Amino acid sequence: MSEAVALVALAAILAAAVARPRWAPDWAVAAAAAVLLVLVGVLSLKDARAAVSQLGPTVGFLAALLLLADGCRRAGVFDTLGAAMARGARGQARRLLALVFLAAAVTTAVLSLDATIVLLTPIVFTTAARLHTSPRPHVYACSHLANTASLLLPISNLTNLLAFTASGLSFVRFAGLMLLPWLAALAIEWVVMSRRFASELQQPLEPADRRREELRVPVYALGVVALALVGFAFSSVIGVAPVWIAAAGALALAAARERPSPREALGAAEPTFLIFVLALGIVVSAASRHGLSSVIDQLVPAGAGLPALLAVAGVSALLANLVNNLPATLILLPVAADSGAGTVLAMLIGVNVGPNLTYVGSLATLLWRRIVHAHEHETDLGEFTRLGVLTVPAALLASTAGLWLALQVI
Amino acid sequence: MRAVVWISESTWEGCVQRARALLPADADVTLLHVSPSDVEELAAGGAGRLLGRRPRRPPGPPLREIAAEEAGALLEQARTRLGRPARLEVRRGRVEREVVAACAGADVVVLARDGKPRLGPPSLGRHTRFVVDHAPCQVLLVWPSEPPGLDTIPVPPHERR
Repeated sequence: MSEAVALVALAAILAAAVARPRWAPDWAVAAAAAVLLVLVGVLSLKDARAAVSQLGPTVGFLAALLLLADGCRRAGVFDTLGAAMARGARGQARRLLALVFLAAAVTTAVLSLDATIVLLTPIVFTTAARLHTSPRPHVYACSHLANTASLLLPISNLTNLLAFTASGLSFVRFAGLMLLPWLAALAIEWVVMSRRFASELQQPLEPADRRREELRVPVYALGVVALALVGFAFSSVIGVAPVWIAAAGALALAAARERPSPREALGAAEPTFLIFVLALGIVVSAASRHGLSSVIDQLVPAGAGLPALLAVAGVSALLANLVNNLPATLILLPVAADSGAGTVLAMLIGVNVGPNLTYVGSLATLLWRRIVHAHEHETDLGEFTRLGVLTVPAALLASTAGLWLALQVI
Repeated sequence: MRAVVWISESTWEGCVQRARALLPADADVTLLHVSPSDVEELAAGGAGRLLGRRPRRPPGPPLREIAAEEAGALLEQARTRLGRPARLEVRRGRVEREVVAACAGADVVVLARDGKPRLGPPSLGRHTRFVVDHAPCQVLLVWPSEPPGLDTIPVPPHERR
């Protein structure tokens, strides 16, 4: 009975998050579901507290990272990136694509996939449009790399952030083990994109000096981000939790010349999203305690051999495509963590790379969109799906093989 | 004669040059550009892909405006290169379908091959092929630069040694 109640609550949250009804925002549904599960006794108050105290620091970390990315936007980091890409392309579309790859890979790794999707991709579109070249290859690259390039650091994706604490790895070891999978995924994306869009990339670009903008490098913001990265790397040595370093970085940027108003800062930290994550975590933990874990346990093989890792990545990619990667991570994590760091990282490869298969990140969202927006023909699902089919299985294979290799060496 | 010349970013210069040489002097020319709405939506509406998040759109003009402005600038350049009066038409949507729709009532559509620079089917991109197959008028299909030689046709399998 308890299992059924917890699963219904989880389904209700997913439905609200996917359908986004105005009268029932997903964060409110999630919060109500979490409170209800405690009230009816499906989850004891003690267990709920344990879930909150386990997720709390991660959610705080996330808030700090969102503020850090927003501070970079206000300081003009992304505008500068756009101007630098236009200049660096030197009249060649293929060179521009290479620079977009570099910018998207670094932005995603350092400031998370959200920053790439929300802040970098529109800039890339504008840059390509102003150079009078087809924006298609560059925008698709950005969109794909937001997922594939989020393998590298614990801060690159909320899924990594959630798994980081459970994996027991240090920041540097996490990055060390994920470097090879990250590079492998990027290489697959490059091969597929540059071949698929070969005709768009052949022609010369409009000279960038048509509207030569002053290249103003936001030294302070970039310095703060670089210092924060160094801080993350040494966090285990100096004994300061990474969340405090991120908070210090966010504060340092908030105190910069381009200061946000308290209202803007609050908006950038997305409080409703933080509530959503916390409540979703509580509900998933209730579902896990009441039987979901044992089902997942049978799906996720243990062991650090290559076949086991591949199976974990595959199952994770499938689940991420069914229900979105955030719930998938929360569902898989307790089971994966029991099998060790290798399994956790293989799971991350699945939930991070997998969503490129569907345009909107999951089958649930895709079906809903098809129902609601059936009359709109704006999205070229065919093109996105073709690219997904070409890249995702190959990237899953190559990245997992890279992880297996890294686990043998380091 | 009403002619529509499809201006796309990658091939417009060659296309205009050949349209200028091949179209009759009295042709009523429309230069057409289509902004791909799917790419624009992917770039602007990416936030819909983040479960549970509602990020605000960064400040600045909407991408649709930027795309329209740059399309206009590109068409102006094309008209200058054409060296004769021409109507300019900016459309937005699914590229291949919009081009076909813009050809309604035209006598001829001029478009350039945008695929591999060798003789054969790969010399046409997906959207270009759609227009060639579906245009409701005559089609003038040009090479954006010098046409490749006969030696670019792959040798048939049975003649390969």
